[in-house]
Amino acid sequence: MAQVQLTVNGRAISRDVEPRTLLVHLLRDALGLTGTHVGCDTSQCGACTVHMDGRGVKSCTVLAMQADGSTVTTIEGLSTDGSHALQRAFKEEHGLQCGFCTPGMIMSAADLLARNANPTEHEIREALEGNLCRCTGYHNIVKAVQTAARTMQNA
Amino acid sequence: MYPAQFQYHRATSVQHALDLMAQHGDDAKVLAGGHSLLPVMKLRFATPAHLIDIGRVSGLSGISESGGTIVIGATTRHADVASSALIKAKAPLLAEVAGHIGDPLIRNMGTIGGSVAHADPSADLPAAMMALGATMELTGKGGSRQVSADQFFVDVFQTALGSTELLTAIRIPASSGACAYEKNPDPASGYAIVGIAVQLTTSGGKVSSARVAMTGLGPKPMRLAAVEAALAAGADAASAAAKAADGIAFIDDARGNASYKANLARVYTKRAIARAMK
Ligand SMILES: Cc1cc2nc3c(=O)[nH]c(=O)nc-3n(C[C@H](O)[C@H](O)[C@H](O)COP(=O)(O)OP(=O)(O)OC[C@H]3O[C@@H](n4cnc5c(N)ncnc54)[C@H](O)[C@@H]3O)c2cc1C
Repeated sequence: MAQVQLTVNGRAISRDVEPRTLLVHLLRDALGLTGTHVGCDTSQCGACTVHMDGRGVKSCTVLAMQADGSTVTTIEGLSTDGSHALQRAFKEEHGLQCGFCTPGMIMSAADLLARNANPTEHEIREALEGNLCRCTGYHNIVKAVQTAARTMQNA
Repeated sequence: MYPAQFQYHRATSVQHALDLMAQHGDDAKVLAGGHSLLPVMKLRFATPAHLIDIGRVSGLSGISESGGTIVIGATTRHADVASSALIKAKAPLLAEVAGHIGDPLIRNMGTIGGSVAHADPSADLPAAMMALGATMELTGKGGSRQVSADQFFVDVFQTALGSTELLTAIRIPASSGACAYEKNPDPASGYAIVGIAVQLTTSGGKVSSARVAMTGLGPKPMRLAAVEAALAAGADAASAAAKAADGIAFIDDARGNASYKANLARVYTKRAIARAMK
């Protein structure tokens, strides 16, 4: 076992883990943060996207030990009641159907908006390249990000 | 999917990493961003007993310039390479190539040294390393040695790195904006089916020399010598690119037959040269 210490959604965490524990399993199984999903499990689909030290990463391809000392934000860290501008916009613009990819989509979009408050449609599509959705055809996801960007700029 | 069990070691310095590598020998693997290694460990294609994490070694990451040479630490992330003002100004080809690796999330974890050391025959950076005339700094117990990109890539997943050596830095001579990378990405993985990196040196509006390198279509990246010679002799994009498959023995495989690959090489070489000349 190895000890991992990190900050998750503002809370200091310390756990003993097997070194092979992936960050996504630490979040879901040890911390109960099941908003972060495991989709393809092969680093393609992005359903497991969280922020590590302020950047989007695929947590199925990061060892918990690699996150030692880091600050991690999951979808639950944006808001627990769905009130974050991105969460509301995904609902309003029908940016989801089954919802499986949504937490990862929103975390990637949040990463983008933190660096670029007013992205073009092209920039949004490029930023979401690592997140796959099999329901929406992406169109309403892009609209949701645009809507959230406007809301956040006016806030 | 979990990888098989292993012991985890966090290296605190290059020396510490080298000590751990010497101690554990072939049972150990170096871990940088983990974006090539962890996927193969999850599939149990690799089952190292020890992982030596170099991700936090101070001094192994970062971008600087010294006397016209850009020095990039091995654990510098693709995203930081792609967005670096210094690299955009002094090695724009590298910024372009790094910005086309996988997707933004992959680029936030993957490192330049990890990609180069892994030497995937479909990876993007190896072609850029050759076109830019990069030099790899390989550090072992006895000190460091410099190996040119042309000598570094040996075969599929094989490089000049010794088993107890670490790739510590990459050095690139400053270069101009007369460059381009044209890639045909595999629709599923994003890796290059073919990628052509072109770096031209111009004087008085004319090409005085050229470095053209190809990834994806063979066991390792390669320079396209006939294309380079044609460009240096004043050929235009179309006639230089017509030589892109000259002297190369492409093989038939799942990605296509030899004549298809030769055609891909010519088409993407032409596109890359034409854009580099603009
Ligand atoms: C979904 C997905 C899509 C991708 N798409 C692309 C793509 O389009 N193009 C592309 O080029 N790549 C792509 N990649 C690969 C990506 O660029 C990897 O990050 C990179 O190949 C490996 O870098 P790493 O830092 O993650 O290395 P790791 O996975 O940590 O290590 C890779 C190998 O190199 C060794 N190693 C690492 N660093 C050193 C060092 N400093 N010295 C000696 N040995 C070292 C390790 O022991 C290991 O064997 C993709 C990866 C994924 C998961």
